[in-house]
Amino acid sequence: MRENFLPAFDFHRTFVEPWSAYFDNTIWIVVMGFLVAATCGLIGCFIILRRMALVGDAISHSLLPGITLAFLLTQSRDTLPMMIGAIAAGVVTVALIEAIRQSSRIKPDAAIGIVFSSLFAIGVVLISVFADSVDLDAECVLYGEIGWIPLEDQVVLGGHEIGPLPVIRMAAIAIIAIGLLLAFYKELLVTSFDAGLAASLGINPGRFQYGLTLFLSVVIVSSFESVGVILVIAMLIFPGATAMLLTDRLPRTLWLSALFSALYAVLGFHLATWLDASIAGGMSVVAGAVFTLVWIFAPRRGLLMKYVFKSHTNVGSSQSSQAEMTAS
Amino acid sequence: MQEAKTQSIAKSSAKSLPPLEIHDLTVAYSKRPVLYGIDLEVPQGSMVGVVGPNGAGKSTLIKAIMGLLPVASGWIKVFGKPFQTSVTRVGYVPQRESVDWDFPVNALDVVLMGRYGRLGPLRRPSKSDKEIAMACLEKVNMHAYAKRQISNLSGGQQQRVFLARALAQESDLYLMDEPFVGVDAATEAAIIEILRELQSQGKTLIVVHHDLTTAPDYFDRILLLNMRVTAFGLTKEVFNFENLQTAYGGRLSILSEVALSRAQKKLEGDTHENISE
Repeated sequence: MRENFLPAFDFHRTFVEPWSAYFDNTIWIVVMGFLVAATCGLIGCFIILRRMALVGDAISHSLLPGITLAFLLTQSRDTLPMMIGAIAAGVVTVALIEAIRQSSRIKPDAAIGIVFSSLFAIGVVLISVFADSVDLDAECVLYGEIGWIPLEDQVVLGGHEIGPLPVIRMAAIAIIAIGLLLAFYKELLVTSFDAGLAASLGINPGRFQYGLTLFLSVVIVSSFESVGVILVIAMLIFPGATAMLLTDRLPRTLWLSALFSALYAVLGFHLATWLDASIAGGMSVVAGAVFTLVWIFAPRRGLLMKYVFKSHTNVGSSQSSQAEMTAS
Repeated sequence: MQEAKTQSIAKSSAKSLPPLEIHDLTVAYSKRPVLYGIDLEVPQGSMVGVVGPNGAGKSTLIKAIMGLLPVASGWIKVFGKPFQTSVTRVGYVPQRESVDWDFPVNALDVVLMGRYGRLGPLRRPSKSDKEIAMACLEKVNMHAYAKRQISNLSGGQQQRVFLARALAQESDLYLMDEPFVGVDAATEAAIIEILRELQSQGKTLIVVHHDLTTAPDYFDRILLLNMRVTAFGLTKEVFNFENLQTAYGGRLSILSEVALSRAQKKLEGDTHENISE
């Protein structure tokens, strides 16, 4: 038994030292955390609106056999084979879910559970069977290790080290995500809101569904090294879900989700520093805490406001609902 | 520019290609046919009420026309061409419950979506698109609610927003799936007025409708559907008890029978008046 349940809080060690003594480490970890959360959050907004949150969960888990197989076939941990393995796993996951749903009486949520747990299990078995030849750390795949980011190879451009490879890669993917979002905003909006209308406008909803799924696989595979396959789902859901409690407009939802991502990265890092804990875990705990605060205290839709509003207007609302009934 | 476009559209429709032509259409959900051997030619400028019992394939027909469902056999032509090539000429009003009203968009955003088909890829709605959307909202008397998030609108208001969006599509053929469900009387009257105005502009409307009592008042043509076409033609010719009995089988409730006989009497009254004139 430890004497103290939590380590003593030391402001200097938690907040100052990382930026003064270890700036080069801290900045890359926080930037990577932000890029992962923001990119996942951006695509996550659309995933949530399309009620595909569980599909994101499924893909993040079925990546495991995908990247393991890619590794076994190529014997390398290069980005490209990993990406291809992950995307293939994503496509197989979605195709299997659809196949089960359409050809049996199994409902979509159960189909998702069947597909991702069995694929994930295959991955776990593969890793343990080929443990000698697989240079994949199951723990790292599951939980990620963003703390290693500063130790990765530096990208050198024109003789200058511009940053660790995973960070630069994630930044590139974030820029591509923003570019795609700007280019296809209206298509994403209308296919998410009303697939029937989209089709009647000549915008193929199926194409965007698959495109989004493919890009989701890319985002998940580039994020998993840092936050792990399990916590990717937190970064996919929390920024968008929290933002949606605060605003009614999609553009504002997207901006807010980026803002929350920065908050998770910074506060999550400091929480992990204080507790000497997993940084990805810290980020997700912060994400959960921020969501809870917003859920309770949101200015218009928060639990608290609902409660206050209800107790103040009880008489009035029952009267108005009566009036509505007589009117109809 | 805009005028020239409208004129060319008017010209091409003057060539009297029917807005909707369906030949021997069969649509099946996982091998179970829902629509069977549908033959249909809808003349320009008509307002067709699609009537039939639950599960008759009314919504399926609308979705099949828009290419949302695979066609097992037969073909559908919209203005003489496959749907995909006449996309901008077709406006669509889906069933209200088919979308998530908690979606983070306001009424104006929804109406603007009606312009997307004309924009093409990579282009954003322009200022004039926004003006058109606003004008459409005004037409359905909803401009005061343009910035309101859509879940904060009543059922009738939501339906008006959908109608405004269809207006923003500036189409020649409108497909509407139960636009009168769950709306208040005022909205129903407002909607039917706009539909009549569209018809008077030479547009063609195909409207899925569930209320047999109002159907003969609203539509000049009726399509009675129950997997097959039971009857299709001018309302006064096909909207009779025998046809409805065939379409609905034993499923005509007493209430709708009473309503029907009332509607029929009224129709007969109209024809007598016509004769006496």
